[in-house]
Amino acid sequence: MKKVMMGNHALSYGAMLARSQVIAAYPITPQTQVVELLSEMCASKALDAKFIKVESEHSAMAACLGASLAGARTFTATSAQGLALMHELLHWASGGRQPVVMGNINRAMAPGWSIWTDQNDSLSQRDTGWLQFYCASNQEVVDTVIQAFKISERFMIPSMVILDAFALSHTYEVVELPDQDKVDAYLPKFNPPFRLTPKEPHAFNALTSPEHYFELRYKLQKDMEKIPAAIEETGREYEKAFGRYLGQVEEYRCDDAEFVFVTSGTAGYTARVAVDELRKQGIKAGNLRMKVFRPFPFAKVREALAKVPKAAVVDRNCSYGHHGIFYQEIKSALYGEAKAPALFGYITGLGGRDITVDMFREIAQDTLSKPRPSEEIGWIGVKR
Amino acid sequence: MSAETKKKTMKLTIPEEELMSPGHLACQGCGATMAMRYMLKGLGQKTIVCIPACCWAVIDGPFPHSSLGIPIFHCAFEAAASTASGVKAGLEMVGDNETTVLAWAGDGGTFDIGLQALSGAAERNDDIIYVCYDNEAYMNTGIQRSSATPYGAWTTTTPVKHFKNRPKKDIVAIMAAHRIPYIATASVAYPEDLVKKAKKAKETRGTKFLHIWAPCPTGWKSRPEDTVKLARMVVQNCIFPLYEIENGETYKMSIKVAEKKPITDYVRLQGRFRHLKEDELKVMQDEVDRKWAALQKKCL
Repeated sequence: MKKVMMGNHALSYGAMLARSQVIAAYPITPQTQVVELLSEMCASKALDAKFIKVESEHSAMAACLGASLAGARTFTATSAQGLALMHELLHWASGGRQPVVMGNINRAMAPGWSIWTDQNDSLSQRDTGWLQFYCASNQEVVDTVIQAFKISERFMIPSMVILDAFALSHTYEVVELPDQDKVDAYLPKFNPPFRLTPKEPHAFNALTSPEHYFELRYKLQKDMEKIPAAIEETGREYEKAFGRYLGQVEEYRCDDAEFVFVTSGTAGYTARVAVDELRKQGIKAGNLRMKVFRPFPFAKVREALAKVPKAAVVDRNCSYGHHGIFYQEIKSALYGEAKAPALFGYITGLGGRDITVDMFREIAQDTLSKPRPSEEIGWIGVKR
Repeated sequence: MSAETKKKTMKLTIPEEELMSPGHLACQGCGATMAMRYMLKGLGQKTIVCIPACCWAVIDGPFPHSSLGIPIFHCAFEAAASTASGVKAGLEMVGDNETTVLAWAGDGGTFDIGLQALSGAAERNDDIIYVCYDNEAYMNTGIQRSSATPYGAWTTTTPVKHFKNRPKKDIVAIMAAHRIPYIATASVAYPEDLVKKAKKAKETRGTKFLHIWAPCPTGWKSRPEDTVKLARMVVQNCIFPLYEIENGETYKMSIKVAEKKPITDYVRLQGRFRHLKEDELKVMQDEVDRKWAALQKKCL
């Protein structure tokens, strides 16, 4: 069924089609429509789930973890300050191996108060042990939520499905909603390998001495390392059932490219327009859009960039005292590679400032005019 | 005497079932272990407990051990109530409407850091039992003051020259203001009363709050063998009366005090009050008298 919907509702429909059983959430701009629609779905029984209307994001995640360990499929959504408040619980989720799926609307962190997009909220949660999927269309949001449950429940590691504030959360697009019976076949009932039940009493998350803790975290990383292949596998399975492939990265006109943008989120679609325009001017440009950030798609990034002489990473975030975060990570992925591009790093669009086609043109000009990159950050669109 | 005759002659006033094993990690004379043991006798095995950071996070035993015969979710410090709400919702969604969900937190996790989540669960009237076992300070971290620490007490963050000079937060009044169906106070010196209240909480739907007095010899600088004595004295001198509240407004005294004793003997058994002078003890006694009079007016 085709439906016109906003990005936030795409998250709600994804959670509904995945047959989420417990939802616990707290409202925050620009996430509110996600939970409003889910409340309606629960009230009308379109979705057979319990919605716990908690008093904070901290409690939202705690309740999700309680429900998940009781054996229910759980979903929540938040943004920025809410995600930061949840931070402690994000560690509990991954450390406790609980496959909660959460939508996060990328919103700049206060102060000053901002409701507009940038990625510092979700990227600040980089080391919490969650999978991170960055979406660029509402279709991708629905498809990603369903696949995130599939992958999370297979590995018992939680997932974050991320979309830009307003640029996607409040933008209406046509979405092809998958048939429920096909989703049910793709994503069977949640049947965790362990759960809270008096029939088989266990103590979960107990005090863990140095004799055991290390191994538990080693196992988490070892499972993370298996996920890139699993994303490809579940993605192909999804493509077979629904005709759309998710994957870890999206290459756009990269095959013969002499210059590639590396982007994430909705900026990745703006970059494609810039690529087409640059190509009309005779510049062989391409775009590599990062769809998965954790686990980091090392192989896909190396493969995509091996044949490119120059690449410009465009970050809508900043690790203060270092550089753009995607830039750092891609640079480290390419270190020591025999075939790697000269890598340029740019920061733009913080606090929701628009990232335009003109900005991508400026980035291309800068990269192409310089023989080699410097350590300095390329600031695009900043008033100084 | 044969085992059979013994069984016939023994008349137990609380259930025989033991859901707590010896070999746990509590200090000698720990009131919190008695509280758990009696509570589980009242609730039975079909119970899941959520335990945040508190003494009980350690008492139960380190991974892979556990001293309880029921499932435990060791959860975040400030999240006992919200985790329990989630467990209850999750159980119902997987078809289990029978199991009792218990949140089990210390006074720090209840009066202080967990108060927001507790208020949220109570306002939603989620079907959980929340127990605060109160030993009047952050004992697990080494005796730091909490908002449950009484006026006059020494702790490591309220040294004798700067003892706590504010009264204990009235958590029961806060919970009563939420108008939840059932609230009760209990003391480990009155096991029959405690078990009865556990059973009543189990049979009541909605949010239940039990405030259990649990002496801590380590933190109170009292003798381990005085734990039950102190837990009885605190009821008899009306510092901690035992009562129930239904729907936030119907108060009922559980243990009638024939003759109200002064607080002096109770105070003298504890090193944490040793520095107090007469006028400071009077402040304590006046506060107890004031609260006792107010409670009596509310009770049936």
